[in-house]
Amino acid sequence: MNVLLGLGGSDESVKTLRRTIERTREVGDELTIVVVEKPESKRSQDEMYRQAVDELEEADITDVEVEKLDGDPGSALVNYAEQGDYDQLVIGGGTLSPMGKIQLGPITEFVLLNAPTTVKLVR
Amino acid sequence: MAGTRQYPDEPSGPFPSPPTTVEDRDGRSIEVRAAESFTGETLDDVVGMYTEFDPTDRAQGIPPTGEERIRTWLETIGDDSVNVVARHDGDAIAHAMLVPDTDDPSAIDHASDIEWELAIFVLQAYQRAGIGTVLLKNLLGHASDGGIERVWLTVERWNNPAITLYERVGFESTGTESFEQEMAIRLAGDGSGVTDGG
Repeated sequence: MNVLLGLGGSDESVKTLRRTIERTREVGDELTIVVVEKPESKRSQDEMYRQAVDELEEADITDVEVEKLDGDPGSALVNYAEQGDYDQLVIGGGTLSPMGKIQLGPITEFVLLNAPTTVKLVR
Repeated sequence: MAGTRQYPDEPSGPFPSPPTTVEDRDGRSIEVRAAESFTGETLDDVVGMYTEFDPTDRAQGIPPTGEERIRTWLETIGDDSVNVVARHDGDAIAHAMLVPDTDDPSAIDHASDIEWELAIFVLQAYQRAGIGTVLLKNLLGHASDGGIERVWLTVERWNNPAITLYERVGFESTGTESFEQEMAIRLAGDGSGVTDGG
């Protein structure tokens, strides 16, 4: 399967990165990673980019393209997915509130409502 | 994102404080009490209530299903939460709570220093009987008595009955909106609530 992974800079993105790398190793998916621009996140775009490259190296996965996307995260991600031949777009699947409620942000909503591919939310 | 939420400038209220006993729209006598501590029998009763809860009314993953998962969920949030329970004939039939929005609740000096997340659940057989409104107001009264000033919640944005209820007591939209509508209310937090007797 040809998988596109979209990352912001949150802990949720790190978890999603690790799970996707694990899955890629297990089943031998083709993987492309894009890091969107989210100035309010915990990690900057450069930091997240670095982390993705490092974790791929550690996992010994070599043929993965990692790219930075500028502009509005949701729309940049959907545009990118539309340009390529992807079977699945993977993003983080929501954060938990103090109460334990699952919260999906506006980027997730935009992607779910606009992506041409199957979307996977990683919990 | 703690600390960035928009709150109304003016406090809402005053709200009634528990305990209170009301007759619901179906003529049932409903007793509303604050839980002094959320352990032991009170916790058991509320766990029991959630095992009866129809999962079609779950919101954003809560309450979980199955007694064990319900208990774990309530125990995790239970320690520092503020809880008000409604009962009919001794059985818990509705529960409203506030959970501190902080990583380290033990480090709080005053309840007003932090924001609190609200949730309320009413067993299906007791919905549309006015109990939710009474319970919500009593939770807010109890919270204000305890010094809490800022309360927020999220509600699925198609859940118009719930949004209307929250607006009626003073919640306003914070402008953060995706699948969930975020709302916030300011309380006086000075114990100026009305004691309803009981």
